[in-house]
Formats: sequence, structure tokens, C-alpha cells
Amino acid sequence: MQAQLAQAPATSAAPLLAVRDVSVVFGGIIALNGVSFDMKQGHILGLIGPNGAGKTTLFNCLSRLYQPSKGDILMEGVSILKRPPHKIAEIGIGRTFQNVALFPNMSVLDNVRVGTHAHTNGDIISDALRLPRSTSVEAAINKKVDDILGYLDLRGVAHAQVSGLPFGTQKRVELARALAADPKILLLDEPAGGLNHEEVYVLGDLIRRIRDERGITVLLVEHHMGLVMSIADHVVALNFGKKLAEGTPAQVQSNPDVIKAYLGSKDQ
Amino acid sequence: MSTIQETVAKTDAAAVDAPPKKSMALGRTTSLVMLVALLIVPLFVKNFVIFQLTMLLIYGIAVLALNILTGGSGQFSLGQSAFYAIGAYAAAILIEIGNVNYVLTLPIAGIICFAVGFLFGFPALRLSGVYLALATFALAVAMPQLLKLGVFEPWTGGVQGLVVTKPDAPFGLPISQDMWLYYFTLVVALVIYIASVNLLRSRSGRAMMAIRDNEIAASAMGVDISMYKTLAFGVSAGITGVAGALGAIAVQFVAPDSYTFQLAIALFLGMVVGGVGWLPGSLAGAAFIVFVPNIAEGISKGLSGAFFGVLLFLVIYLVPHGARQGAIYAETLLHKLRRS
Repeated sequence: MQAQLAQAPATSAAPLLAVRDVSVVFGGIIALNGVSFDMKQGHILGLIGPNGAGKTTLFNCLSRLYQPSKGDILMEGVSILKRPPHKIAEIGIGRTFQNVALFPNMSVLDNVRVGTHAHTNGDIISDALRLPRSTSVEAAINKKVDDILGYLDLRGVAHAQVSGLPFGTQKRVELARALAADPKILLLDEPAGGLNHEEVYVLGDLIRRIRDERGITVLLVEHHMGLVMSIADHVVALNFGKKLAEGTPAQVQSNPDVIKAYLGSKDQ
Repeated sequence: MSTIQETVAKTDAAAVDAPPKKSMALGRTTSLVMLVALLIVPLFVKNFVIFQLTMLLIYGIAVLALNILTGGSGQFSLGQSAFYAIGAYAAAILIEIGNVNYVLTLPIAGIICFAVGFLFGFPALRLSGVYLALATFALAVAMPQLLKLGVFEPWTGGVQGLVVTKPDAPFGLPISQDMWLYYFTLVVALVIYIASVNLLRSRSGRAMMAIRDNEIAASAMGVDISMYKTLAFGVSAGITGVAGALGAIAVQFVAPDSYTFQLAIALFLGMVVGGVGWLPGSLAGAAFIVFVPNIAEGISKGLSGAFFGVLLFLVIYLVPHGARQGAIYAETLLHKLRRS
């Protein structure tokens, strides 16, 4: 692994996140087979592939829900594989979930407040007694959360319980919660799922804005080819757990293997 | 574009129309009215009723503790009677054998029970839902027998239990022991209630509720699931222990069979009737478990259990979300009255 790290060519700048030869085996099934790619600071990387290609498996390796059987994942040069799942947010990896995983019985405000958990400190005694240590943290959290709610146009629903909100709004709340952690990398798992054509267009715009205005690198796992091709700087295509192609959207789109495996079977 | 704007507009309207959300505490006016009622009622009733009101507050504290565990962190417990018993015995032993002042026994009982609950929280991490309920139930079933063990008899008094001296009002205050104990309990209950509301509204409390709602998402936000789950167990057990200590002082007696699993189920019942996750409901739930058995007995001595069951059915059918639902009804009614 060390050798591979040394070989990894520093093309322009060192990658923010490096996936190195990652394999995942479930029982006898090889879900991922030696996948490698780099994510550069400030890029939007689109990860595409047909169903069962291993996109979600890779995603779950990045958020430490799965342990790769081989290979390594490096964040700013340091392996993340020894960190438990709850220690991933603090190194700057934030995520959203495929079918929205919010805290349904809590308000929008509280959902986004939980997003700040990794970067704040506290203990139950100061919290219960409202010691200055706790109130100053709360004040900082509230300021940050208010800023993000304003950014994503969620102030109007701040006090509403999340479970009663429309799906599109819930997706924005989830994005707000992820942004509250000040991530360096944002992992988006099929953000366009369940959205209509216009909403997808608005979402693409929003993802680009988040990258441009907040300097956040984005990994976009997506079925919606139109969205990926229009906003990604770099695309990685997977099929049957292997990397099929990698390059600019135009390069990947014209790659014959990709067309055969994926685009060819779709009327996009 | 228009769709997004439309959805935002719609949700805005919904947020305004929805009844004001009282997630953890009562409004200021209601709280004040409740406090005044709790302060003056004992002045007009007999000593026995004052004792009952003291027990109401004590069970209220114990129900609140369970509410933090279940309503807060989403973990079930049918074993709260075990923590209550440990708190009660800790206080009784400290007062009678250690000659410790009764006021000091409360924090000690709380700390002991926090430690026990925190440790019990570790095996509980591997269990969830009904399985956790059963494991805690086992704890409740085991506790009375553990207290009877011959090894502990020099301290616990074995089957006989221990008699606890009732404290007098301090500073020569001209009030009865019962009344003093009531106000003492009220102060303790208020402190615990306010601290609990603070806790659930803070970063730690939100972490616990996030775990209750979605463990994987909570973990992705950096919440240490194991730590907050065991902490919730510890806090809940600690508060239950304080309630147990107060109970021992108020009843003036501890014996193993006062703390059977029936107490644990009563506390669970109190939580459900009060509204899971709604802390002020704890008092309503406690009122249900203290007074409704008496009411049932008033209706028929022989069939008191059956009548209790009927009353319980009525509550579940009419207000399935407990006192919280009742409070929301009352509030909307009040709003309508004000408007007309």
C-alpha cells in the first residue's frame, strides 16, 4: 500500500481523497474489485454505473459502514480505514443518504443542529446545568445553523417537524445538515432520486453553487445521467465492481465500453 | 423553478398553521400555573394527602427518568424498579447505618445508580426494542431476590428490610414532617425537571434523540452511538435512584418486595400515559399510577384490577399519545375561545 501511495502521481496537486485498489467481498460475491481513483480539491466527481455496479458499496466504504477486504482509502494522505463511522465527520467527510435519512421526529432546526455535532464539544453536566461552556457552544451552533438555513432557503420551515415536509424539502434539509459539519468532501448518494425534471435542474445548480461558494469537493453517485454529465468535472464509471472508464464527462460518454454497459441500454 | 417555490410556500403555510410545538416543556404561563398549584395545594389538605402528593412527585421523577431513556434515546426499559430499589436502599443504609444526613443521600444514591445504569448500558448496546425490554425486565425480576441475599443482610436487613427515620423540618419551621418532605421533594423534582429539559434541548440531548430517530445518520454526523446510549442509561438510572432515595425517606421503610417488577411496569405505564418523550407528561403519568388504582378500588373493591384495566383502555383509545395530546387539545380549545 505504501508503494502504491508513493506511485500515485501527483498530477497537479495531491488528491484530497484517494481510493486505492479497494475490493469488497460479501461471502462469495465480489462487490468491488480493485477500484482506484482520485478526487481533486474543488472538483465534482460523478460516480456512475448500472444497478449493482458497486456504487453504493464504495459509498459505504467511504462512510465507514463497510470495511474493504483489500486496498485503502486516503483522506489528505491519511488512511480513514481505522476510524469508526462516527469519527468520519470530524475529518471533513459529510454525506447524504439515498432515500433521505433525517431525524423524522425532530424539527428542521434540530436536524441541522445535529449536523454540527462533530465539530463541537460538550458534556451532559454542563448541558443539564446550562453552564457557560454549554451556552457558548449553543450560541455558536445557532449562528452557524441560521446561516445555513438561510443559504438553503429553509428559514421558513425551521420549526416544522421534518416528517411532515415534502420530499424535495427534506432533501434540502439533509443537505443543510451535511453542510453544518463544514465538510471538505460532500458525498451525495443519488440526490436526484425521486425529484422531477425541474427539481433536478435546480439541484444541479445548487450542487455547483455549494462547490463554488463554499469550496466543497463533491462526490456524486447518481443514476441521472443528465445531471452527472452537466455538472461533473470528472466521471468514474463502474460496472460489476470494476472501474470501466474514467475521464471528463465527454470522454466517458464516448467510451465504447461505457456505452455498451450503460448508456447503450438507456435512452439518454 | 416554480415547483420548488411552490413547495416552499406550502410548507411555510403548514408551519404557521400547525399547533405550536411543545416538544419538551410547557409554555411559561402553564408552567407558572402548575408551579403555583403545586406550591399551595398542600396547605389545604390533610397530612395523608400530602404524603400521597409527595409520592406523586417521586413517581413523577422516576417516570421522567424513564422518559429521558425511552423518549430521549429510544431505548426501552422494564427494569427501572431495580434502579429505584438501589437508590432506596442506598439512602436507607446511609441514613440508618452510616448516619449520613438524608439530604446528602440523594446525590450519593444518584451517583451509585448512574454508575450501575451506565455499566448496564453496555450489554444493552447489543440489544434493541423488545429484546432490550426483556433484558431490563430480567433485572427487575432479579432485584428483590438479590436484596434478600444473606450476604448483604447486615446492611439490607434481609427480608425484614430497614426502617428509615423521617426527617423533621429544619430551622424549627412550624410545619409537619409530611409537609416539609413535600416541599423538599418539590424542590428536588423542579431541579431535576429543569436540568432534564436543559439536557434534552442541548447538544447532548439532540445527539440522543438523533440516535432514537436514525442511528446510521446520527453516526454519520459524528455522534458516538455507544457513548450516548450508555450515558442515557446512566442518567436515567441516576435520576431513578434519586427518586428511590426520596421514596425510602417518604415511606420510612425499604423492603425487597416493595420493588418488584410491578413497580417497573407501573413506571412504564406512567410514561406512556404521560406521553412518550414529553417531560411535563411525567407528572400526569405519575398521577395516573398513584391515583387511578385508588379510583378503581373506589368503584369496586373486588374488581379493582378490572376497573383499572377499563380506565387504562379508555386512556389508550381516547388519547393514544397520552397527556401530551390532551395538552394540545386544551391549547387549541383555548386559542379558539380567545378568538371568538
